[in-house]
Amino acid sequence: MSQVLAMGAYGFYVWTAVAVFFIVLLIDTLAPLARRRRNLRELRARIARQENRRRPGTSPSNESNP
Amino acid sequence: MANWVPLWLHRLGSPPVFYRFAGAVRPWALGLALVLGLVALYGGLFIAPADYQQGDAYRIIFIHVPSAWMSLFIYGAMAVAAFIGLVWRIKIAEVVAMESAPVGAAFTFITLVTGSLWGKPMWGTWWTWDARLTSELVLLFIYLGVIGLYHSFEDRRQGARAASFLVLVGAVNVPIVHFSVNWWNTLHQGSTVRLLGPSHIEASMLWPLLTMMAATKLYYIASLFARVRADLIASEGGKGWVRDLLAGPTGNDPA
Repeated sequence: MSQVLAMGAYGFYVWTAVAVFFIVLLIDTLAPLARRRRNLRELRARIARQENRRRPGTSPSNESNP
Repeated sequence: MANWVPLWLHRLGSPPVFYRFAGAVRPWALGLALVLGLVALYGGLFIAPADYQQGDAYRIIFIHVPSAWMSLFIYGAMAVAAFIGLVWRIKIAEVVAMESAPVGAAFTFITLVTGSLWGKPMWGTWWTWDARLTSELVLLFIYLGVIGLYHSFEDRRQGARAASFLVLVGAVNVPIVHFSVNWWNTLHQGSTVRLLGPSHIEASMLWPLLTMMAATKLYYIASLFARVRADLIASEGGKGWVRDLLAGPTGNDPA
């Protein structure tokens, strides 16, 4: 088994290439999921701010609606 | 063409429809990509025989070549989406083009690093200013330029339009990367797998390569869809459908 994993004398190069492949794609998979959650959180906070501004006595016209 | 095809594409151009479609497709594409990728690596690293010249070092091909194919394929997909976005001003096309760039950059980076790891034992150097290597490095810089330009504008759509122009201009580099091994005298070997004519590879080495190609294509779909969904939440934040999403029964993490 260890002979197979050694890849001749090239184990370092082969396994580093495999590791780079998986690490880069793992980061690429997780980053957009985190970004989506962050965007949802920010949007929720923005809506909450707009709700607060809508309290009585406040004119709704100063509400920004991008 | 059947009538429902353009109708379906037209509906898919609507952000809420695309958001739901992407959310439904993404986990399946990612799961299938993972299964196919592991099968391909098992076949490439353990089942396929060693190369008669390069020994076991050639096994990097099962990562390097599919990644290199994707670095060019994603650029092509990005250029088509950028063109559609520029001409017809379809928002989803702009977002697809812009969110393709990071995935393409990731595969280009993998191609360069694994190529370097292959070059050291076989050529005796990590890097050389060879036509193929240099044009692939330029490809990475174009991807990074597209990402940077997109994010340098306050207005997302303005940024997408400017970066889409850069995508179309940078497309000249794609045939240069592909044909560099034929046009110039280079250290990099020529194509092993050819669409036209016989491939210079044994079947036991070919199937893991093609399986990995399918896996990386599916991975691109999964990653792109996740990115488009994240992008749409921000860029469509003021729209009713995103607000409904937040107010929905699964308000904590809407699907």
